[in-house]
Amino acid sequence: MTITLNTLVDQLRASLPEAAIGALKVAFDEVTVEIPAAQWQAASLILRDQLHFEGCVDVCGVDYSAYQDGVWEGPRFAAVYHLLSYANNVRLRVRVYCPDDDFPVIPSMVEVWPGLNWYEREAFDLYGIVFEGHPDLRRILTDYGFVGHPFRKDFPVSGYVEMRYDPEQGRVIYQPVTIEPREITPRIIREENYGGR
Amino acid sequence: MAAEIRNYTLNFGPQHPAAHGVLRLVLELDGEVVERADPHIGLLHRATEKLAESKTFMQSLPYMDRLDYVSMMANEHAYVMAIEKLAGIQVPLRAQYIRVMFDEITRILNHLLWIGSHGLDCGAMTIFLYAFREREDLMDCYEAVSGARMHAAYYRPGGVYRDLPDTMPQYQASKVRNAAAIKKLNSNREGSLLDFIEDFTNRFPTYVDEYETLLTDNRIWKQRTVGIGVLTPERAKALGLTGAMLRGSGVEWDLRKKQPYEVYDRLDFDIPVGRNGDCYDRYLVRVEEMRQSNRIIKQCVEWLRKNPGPVIVDDHKVAPPSRLDMKSNMEELIHHFKLFTEGMHVPEGEAYAAIEHPKGEFGIYMVSDGANKPYRLKIRAPGFAHLAALDEMARGHMLADVVAIIGTQDIVFGEIDR
Repeated sequence: MTITLNTLVDQLRASLPEAAIGALKVAFDEVTVEIPAAQWQAASLILRDQLHFEGCVDVCGVDYSAYQDGVWEGPRFAAVYHLLSYANNVRLRVRVYCPDDDFPVIPSMVEVWPGLNWYEREAFDLYGIVFEGHPDLRRILTDYGFVGHPFRKDFPVSGYVEMRYDPEQGRVIYQPVTIEPREITPRIIREENYGGR
Repeated sequence: MAAEIRNYTLNFGPQHPAAHGVLRLVLELDGEVVERADPHIGLLHRATEKLAESKTFMQSLPYMDRLDYVSMMANEHAYVMAIEKLAGIQVPLRAQYIRVMFDEITRILNHLLWIGSHGLDCGAMTIFLYAFREREDLMDCYEAVSGARMHAAYYRPGGVYRDLPDTMPQYQASKVRNAAAIKKLNSNREGSLLDFIEDFTNRFPTYVDEYETLLTDNRIWKQRTVGIGVLTPERAKALGLTGAMLRGSGVEWDLRKKQPYEVYDRLDFDIPVGRNGDCYDRYLVRVEEMRQSNRIIKQCVEWLRKNPGPVIVDDHKVAPPSRLDMKSNMEELIHHFKLFTEGMHVPEGEAYAAIEHPKGEFGIYMVSDGANKPYRLKIRAPGFAHLAALDEMARGHMLADVVAIIGTQDIVFGEIDR
């Protein structure tokens, strides 16, 4: 059975408690709901058990600090979940902001959707978002002994250290990077209706 | 007195032919039985998503080829679909058919590599040679249309880079082969690309029969795959598995049918599902998928022959003007210059575009803040979720079965490590 987006929006409003819906938006045929971190644990069970979102296909960390060159005022970090209902053939995007910018923590959803284990490890590795209650929150993509969270907007693209073989010591060593980060095409945000569009 | 038996930890990879790339697997063994499998990934991590944040939308496109480097155009497809969704671009119908045709060619390419390497892992040598024979023909289709045999960079936001060519690349006479032999080799390359693809689709079902003769009833193959890595439908859904990994467990879920994109709703094809959720069922599902892809390609060829037309939108804020116009018209020159220096702008918003990639659901989540570069690009790679399930699938199996499970998962590290 396939349900329409309007039905989904109605169902969300009916099943989730008022405090759990921070914002609800429909754009590009997709429903996005923002859920406060404190309500997320309870809301996730409602979404899975009552609204049949059996699968969660993706978790994505986002760092909003440089959004539109710094006009962003909300919390800096968010985790974006993409839920999928096989029964209703519908998708839902859930955004959970991390309340504290300096130490972003949100509850882990591994108990609810076991497939999220690695996705949460990835968001932790790349953004430093701590998923409270995760059974095995280790780094996953970066090197053993890596320092920092590379996908944060204040982390340079070329990184801080580079690796090379040192013939004198006869082994591979780490040293500070010797290249300057460069940006060939500048990042530009044009005003509305630029160029008659 | 019984010999003392110790548990021990085994390091599998990162340099192991059956690890399908750079997988380091730490296996805790009790004798020869796996108690825990801990894959260490990230050895091929190139931070594609971070790089995309400092590149224009067009400059990031070729990076998509390098994610899952055995199904190149399928990756590009999800990427351009995300941009098109955000920018509200309507793709011409002919371009949609071309994309679908090449997606299915890509699916066959991917499954051929998978059947070859999976067979090789389990001790079947010939299947690998057979599969690579057909891959060669499909690579030539890639070459004809884009100029590159693997990293095509053929899809564009708004369509595809150019229309299908009227000629196929041909073999040249050399010291090894004389003119008569070359003429024979080139016999199906005299016409257009569509003629060549049609010839291929007529030959291909016989080839699939050959693969099945080698494996389907093969006693050793069945001993290695039947009952190995069994997943129940509920567990497969909960673990986020997609594609053949899910369908092998009997869940009828295919985005081409369930959430059709491009022209899949106009085409006639079936979705094979397995019953037992083991490696053998997933093998049968993928083999049948090759036959169904062949059917889809046939329908696309027929439509494309009858319906000429544009293959990219006529909006010069998104797609470049023709070379002729660019060189004779001032306004087109400005468009060309702006598009290739500053690049296109995508309106503010966020979108998730998913396609039925040969390996499963491949999704692109894109956040744009209105700039000429994506603010955040997240690649949802199917293999990432599959490899995460390896621990559960391998537990309690023998060491040699781990190799069969890696094979059935169709692991490619370009997409897992990104």
